[in-house]
Amino acid sequence: MTAEPTQEVVLTVNGAARSARVPARRLLSDLLRHDLRLTGTHVGCEQGVCGACTVLVDGEPVRSCLTFAVMVDGAEVTTVEGLAGPGGELGPVQRAFRECHGLQCGFCTPGFLLLATDLLARRPDPSDDEIAAALGGNLCRCTGYVNIVRSVRRAAELAGEAP
Amino acid sequence: MKPPPFTYHRPADVVAAARLLAELGDGAKVLAGGQSLVPLMNFRLAAPDHLVDVNHLGLDDVGIDGGDVVVGAGVRHARLLRDPDVGAVHPLLAEAAGWIAHAVIRNRGTVCGSLAHADPAAELPAVLALLGGSVEAVAWRDGRLASRRVTAADLFVGPFETSLAADELLVAARFPRLGAGTGGAVAELARRQGDYALAGVALTVTVDEGGEPVGGRAAYLSCAPIPVVLDLTPALAGAGDVHDLVAGALDPTDDIHATGAYRRHLAATLTARAVPTALARARETAGVPA
Repeated sequence: MTAEPTQEVVLTVNGAARSARVPARRLLSDLLRHDLRLTGTHVGCEQGVCGACTVLVDGEPVRSCLTFAVMVDGAEVTTVEGLAGPGGELGPVQRAFRECHGLQCGFCTPGFLLLATDLLARRPDPSDDEIAAALGGNLCRCTGYVNIVRSVRRAAELAGEAP
Repeated sequence: MKPPPFTYHRPADVVAAARLLAELGDGAKVLAGGQSLVPLMNFRLAAPDHLVDVNHLGLDDVGIDGGDVVVGAGVRHARLLRDPDVGAVHPLLAEAAGWIAHAVIRNRGTVCGSLAHADPAAELPAVLALLGGSVEAVAWRDGRLASRRVTAADLFVGPFETSLAADELLVAARFPRLGAGTGGAVAELARRQGDYALAGVALTVTVDEGGEPVGGRAAYLSCAPIPVVLDLTPALAGAGDVHDLVAGALDPTDDIHATGAYRRHLAATLTARAVPTALARARETAGVPA
């Protein structure tokens, strides 16, 4: 059996140029976790339902498990690792989730953090309906969502206060 | 890593894409947003030898040609919602887009991909059928690019099946605009917002100069293998009841999500609820008081 052909994929991940040689079938989620060792992106269902693998591609949230890495060659990707400050201090969305108990087991959290980051970038002061619409595609089996919505509201406040 | 191996092709224009599809034959599939195809591959329900990525063909425009809104193959669902021009020229299309899956899926999934996929539970095939719209397909044949127009009535053949040949590429969809005096509405029911609808309807109502309804059509999703279009005119013109007309005309089958009888009930009820909305919009565009 011959080795599967590979190709070079070059991305900007959390502001840094990264590359890997991967087969065409490599999912973006697997490229991030296996090739780039960024295991903050979680893989739940691998069929686009749960949203745990959500990352930002060129600023928009996408399911990394439904995206082949070769499709986004040249793109800018933001993962949960990119939400903290340069010294590792938590960003406003992360702080809000901690303050408001927006997570329990934490498996779904990376996806929710990136959805909230995108929402607040577009709508700095979202209504509860807008929050629900933005988060509605992701699953959490612990919190019952109430504290996640509360966290996003708090994140909007924190982002407003930030210098 | 779950998807089966394939060879990836990224053509830079329509001619290159069409030539690739002609050369690769049945083993190739078109890859647009991937929001339906990639799950099928992750489950290994689909195992194409080649994927032809059509995200870089320069088909990213939404335009107006005569009475049609023309949507290029690279246009994603999110654009229909976010672009205020789309909402202004074709509010029914924008409204339908809001019912498609979740926001994150809409960021990648494409309008033309949804039509080519022909999922009987999808919104846009029903909207295209309702409006009597069409698609433009190209293929590389006899050394040149051949193009043809396929109407919605001819496009949808069965569940997940269209009349397009393996070497044809759907490059644009044409959604006819509603004229003055015609209003539209979309209604669906899913157990959770964003899930596939148990039943859904897109419909139009047309009024005369006095604001009285003189015609209407409705297209249904999740009720049959392909979008079903019903003429609501007899019920709207006073001969009978909308609910009864729809319930008598549709015959959905049972599946694990709902019985056929329940889907029929939903379709009829959603229609009866959406008609007043479309009627009010029709009167608005006709310039008569609601």
